[in-house]
This record gives sequence, structure tokens and C-alpha cells, in this order.
Amino acid sequence: MSTKKKISTKQFKDGFGPSTVKEDIILSVKNLKTNFTTKWGTVKAVDGVDFDLRKGETLGIVGESGSGKSVTSLSIMRLVPDPPGTIEDGEIILNGRDILKLSEKEMTEVRGGEVSLILQDPMTALNPVFNVSNQVGEAISIHQGLKGATLWEKVVESLKSVRIPAAEVRAKDFPHQLSGGMRQRVVGAIGISSAPSVLIADEPTTSLDVTIQAAYLRLLKQIQAESDIGIIFITHDFGIVAKMCDRVAVMYAGRIVESADVRTIFNNPLHEYTKALISSVPKLEEKTGRLAQIEGQPPMLWDLSEGDAFAPRSKLKFKPEDAKIRPKLVEVSPDHWVQLSKASVEDFEKYSHLVDY
Amino acid sequence: MTSKTKNSSVPYAPGCNSNSDNSILQVRNLRKWFNVKSAFRFAGRDLFGTTSWLKAVDDVSFDIEYGKTFGLVGESGCGKTTTGKLILQLEKLSTDGSVDAGNIFFKGEDLKNLSDAGKKEYRTSIQAVFQDPWSSLNPRMRVRDVIGEPLKIATKMTRSQINSRVSEVLEEVGLHSYQSNLFPHEFSGGQRQRIGIARALALQPELIILDEPVSALDVSIRAQIMNLLVDLQKEHNLAYILIAHNLATVRYMCHQMAVMYLGVIQEMGDTEAIFNDPMHIYTNALISAALPSHPDIEREEIILPGEVVSPIDPPSGDVFMTRTPLEVDEKHEYFSTRPNLVEKSKNHWVIDTPWSLATKENRVKMASLELD
Repeated sequence: MSTKKKISTKQFKDGFGPSTVKEDIILSVKNLKTNFTTKWGTVKAVDGVDFDLRKGETLGIVGESGSGKSVTSLSIMRLVPDPPGTIEDGEIILNGRDILKLSEKEMTEVRGGEVSLILQDPMTALNPVFNVSNQVGEAISIHQGLKGATLWEKVVESLKSVRIPAAEVRAKDFPHQLSGGMRQRVVGAIGISSAPSVLIADEPTTSLDVTIQAAYLRLLKQIQAESDIGIIFITHDFGIVAKMCDRVAVMYAGRIVESADVRTIFNNPLHEYTKALISSVPKLEEKTGRLAQIEGQPPMLWDLSEGDAFAPRSKLKFKPEDAKIRPKLVEVSPDHWVQLSKASVEDFEKYSHLVDY
Repeated sequence: MTSKTKNSSVPYAPGCNSNSDNSILQVRNLRKWFNVKSAFRFAGRDLFGTTSWLKAVDDVSFDIEYGKTFGLVGESGCGKTTTGKLILQLEKLSTDGSVDAGNIFFKGEDLKNLSDAGKKEYRTSIQAVFQDPWSSLNPRMRVRDVIGEPLKIATKMTRSQINSRVSEVLEEVGLHSYQSNLFPHEFSGGQRQRIGIARALALQPELIILDEPVSALDVSIRAQIMNLLVDLQKEHNLAYILIAHNLATVRYMCHQMAVMYLGVIQEMGDTEAIFNDPMHIYTNALISAALPSHPDIEREEIILPGEVVSPIDPPSGDVFMTRTPLEVDEKHEYFSTRPNLVEKSKNHWVIDTPWSLATKENRVKMASLELD
């Protein structure tokens, strides 16, 4: 074994440089409502969600399980299982056209072409009986109609673009022969192989180790810098938000309760839920005192009241009738939107002129 | 302790300071080698190919003090869970026979020499809470039976005594006693983890092994569970072994910690000492890869060359030498023999080889941010 190794102590400034956000809006979701019919009643999984995504921007959608963040992403992919789910209302405008109005056949081209999805668990996202080149090649042949040697070249090229070493060899491997990080890269390669304008990453790193997670996040940033892709990052981890996102939308019970650029969210959160989420995470940089904890459980979505869904868990003092008003999402300062409710915004009085309740 | 005969003394090991009076558990030179046979077998015989050894845990020693939390950190495959299983006796210590598989000392007494009563005390004093509250509770058992089962097996309590103990521990973990009639699927993830903790508490243990207790839970629930664990520790003077890969959780919960790589402890000591001055390159790399708590914190990542090496037939010298960014001297004694932990500052031990200590370039900068 040769031990004369190159000294590579070079530290990476990793793609986390200045943001590459452009002005052009590539995806605009307006008043999206997705319901599920269950035996307990209608579940409003997504209840009137609005957001825009710009070119080269990373939008973090943060929330607990059941907050509707994954259903939002499935709605954008039009993959909500129907029945029981239906997209009741709203518009999803991707590159200028409303994809909710497209036929299923047209949607097949959009899905994986203009917008793709990376899921949490790479082992279930990949088919164990096909090798890597089959699976990456499937997406490419559907969207770009390539065959034979050109297809193979394109497969190897997209594996190289996600920094898989020895891509020609790895392309012939089966998923079980790859490590977790490599598998997730293959899923990423499938996602970006057709140069989509929007990439939805649904907790892609939760099952990975810290070092592999860091490498994967760096890779996504690099790909974004190269191709101006807009990324929607669905996560419950504020660490990922701090590292990756330009803008954040915090979801609770199917609605956005606060959205702003990432620094505003961390430095000046207004909604009690956002505040609580940030302060309930222990810090690595210093010894944390006792953690602030959010009491109670996330609500059951089938018996949601019309009012402020967060009120039962809020620490603030409020009158019961204040919680019954359905709060509006208003712009309290430029590009900082808060769902204004007496029950869950401490500075309500300061902004009360923006609402009529 | 029933048999307090002090005939066995716990041997010294580098990194282990405390004497057996304030340690509930001391492990010495713990080894778990798995026999990995090659694939070419016919009629139960190896045709060609050789037998290799997967060294999941290799010469691990540490002390757990009463009422304190000890953290085990490392990437998947580093042997942290296997260490926990060895202590729980879910795995047997084993080597290829050429070296000793190590010892576990419970309150100063070697586990091998314990009487039957002592072994029983050991098994009731050490309990576990697992990562996934969905798969670690039997879906066909009511909560009362889930929590009551260890009591039924290990004690002579009557049914009504068991029921009242179950109600007691349920209240203690923040659930209601009437919920003992429900099934696990009727609870949320956080509540299920509380049930898991209640089951571990039922026998009044002194040490609980927490294997990633919060990583499967929602963020807003994690703080609840971590605070609950801290409160229970204070109340009952519990010792914990926290197996985790989230360094922020470890810093929050642990008094002492050890960083493992390829089955070997690389750095060990007081948690704050390690976080304030991480010495080993691997520790620095792990910390640098952890996620920041604020967007303005930019840690430059220290990237180790290569990937995690397979633990099958690891190097006979320092296991870290295949990953170090520094030059490895082939003539150095630690190229072929295992280095020991060295105490660099008070209660801060690290593997000291010419290529394992962080130099100026690969030391993580823990920029803490003063927020207004």
C-alpha cells in the first residue's frame, strides 16, 4: 500500500457563496387546496397555499409531519393519489402555464422534464432489479428520446454531473452495490438528467450520515449554481434551512404561517410557531440551556376549526374568540408574510391595521 | 448489589479516569469481531477464499458514571450501536481467539464472575430505548402489557401491583394512566417514544441505553423528549449511554462523549472539552459537516479523502491512517500497531499519531454568533 498520499487539506468554500437568485419567477403556486376524503371526514391537507419560486432560488418549506409540506410537493408533481386525494382549487403556474389544466399525457412530459422530485429514501426510490444505467436512462429516453450509444453517453454524463466517481463502471452497478450517499446521488442524477427548471427535494438527506449529508447538500448547491435550477427543499430541519435556503415558508396544519427570506426568519421571527421551532433545536456552537419545548401535539387535520390552528399550542394569552377568526397571511414588511392572529403573533397590535379583525 | 465481594479489580485503560466507586459500568477492551466467510462454499466447506474478520468493535474501553450521560458518536458502521448491544448482552463478545474479547464490569464486578442474582440485577438495571417508536412496540399488545412485560418477567409483582406501577411510569413520562388500555397505533410518534421510555423505566434501572432516541421524531417533539430524558435523569440519578449522530443533541445531553471510527474510539473526554477544542482530524471533520444553527454561521468543511473504509480486515495500525489528509509515515510504529488514547488536557483523550491530530488547516472554526 502506498502511503505517499497527496496532501489535500484544501478546505472548500463549497458552493455556499452568494445567492444566485434571479428575478424571473419559474413556479407560482396560488391558493392551492388539496383535500383527502377519509372515513373521519375531509382532510384539508393543503389549505390555500401561495408561494413563488425564482430562478436559482432555494425555497425551504418547513413543518412537522402532517403540516402539508409533502402534499404540496405531490400536488406540484400532480402525484396526489386520486381517490382519496383531490386538488380542489388553485393554480400551479410552471414556466407560464397552469399545470393543473394539463392532460395526464402532457403531465407525463412535465413530470421529470420540467419539474422533478427527489424522495427521502433512496432505497425505495430505486428499483432493486434494474441497474443504475437502466433507471437513469429511462428518464432520459422518455424526455429526450435518446437511444443506444447516445443514451449511454448521456447516462454517464449525468452520473458525472452528480460527482459519482468512475461513472462508467458505476452505471452498470445495481442499487444494492452502492452506498447510501451514492444511491441518493443516483436519484439526484435521475432528477436532474432532463435539466428541469424546478427540483423538489423532499427530505433527501434524513437517512444519510452527517458527512455524506454535507457532501450531498454541497452537490445540490453546485448543480444549482451551474444550471440556475429552482429548488424547493422540504424539510423539518432548521439546520438544512440555515445552510441551504434563500427563502423559507413555515407550514402548519396545511397553511403557511410565515414566509420570508432566511435571515429574517432566523433574526426576526414573528409567528409563535416559527419562534418555537427555532428555539427548540439544540445548538452545536455553544452549550444550550434547557430547550424551549412546544407543548401538545400537531392537530388532527380532520377536525380543524376554521380559526387559528396553532392557538391550542400557543404560549400567548388570548381570548378564546380571537382564536376562532381565520387569520390572514399579510405582508408585514417587504417580502415578510405572517399569518396574523392574536393567538399566535405577539406583536399583533403593531400590525393590526393590516387586517380587519 | 447483592454480592459485594471485591475480589476482581477493574484494570486500567487509557481514557478511563474514574474508579469503580463512582462508575456504574466500566467496559475494558471490548471486542466484537464477526466472522465473514467468502462466498465460495460447497457442502459446508470453503472451496477457495479465506475467512475474514469484520471488526465492528475493536478494543473499546470507557466508564459510565452514576447519573451521567455518555455519548457515542460516529458515522454509520463505526460500531456505536454494536457497543450498545454488547452492553445489553444482545450480542456476545467475540474475537478470532487470538486476543481477549474484553470485559464488562458492573459496579466494579466482572460480568463473567457475577452470581445468578447479580446477573439478574444487571439485566434489570440496564434498559434500552430504541430509535424507531413505530417498530419497537408490539402493535398487538396494549400499552399496559408493553410496559408490564418486563415487570412480569423480572419481578414477582402481582397483576394489580404491575398495573399500578404501569400507571405510575405512564404519569412520569407525561401520559395518562387511562391510556394504558390503548394500543400503540393510537398514539403519535412522540407519545410512542414516551411509552418506550416508560417501558425502560418500569424496572427502575440505573442505566438506560438510548439508541438515537429522537432522530425519528418531529422537531417540535424532539425538545419534549430530550427535556423529559434530562428531567428523569435528575430525578432518578439515571446514567445514560446516548448513541447518536447528531452532534448538537450530543452536546446538549452528554457529560462525556467518545468519537468512534471503524470500531475504535478516536477521541474521548468531557463533552465541553471536546467541542471547545476538538483535537482529532476526524472529530473536526464531523463537527465541520454538522448543520449550522443560523444562516450567518459558515463553517468551512473539512473533507477527508476517500470514503468510510470497510471494517472487514481493517489496518493493523491506526485505523484512521487511510482517511487522514496528512502524510502517513510507513516506518512509524503506529503504522503497524494500534496507538492508545493519550491525555492531552484534563479529561480529554485522543489518539496521538503524527497524522491524526488536527493541524491549523484542518481545525474547525466554531464561529459562534452573537445574536441580538
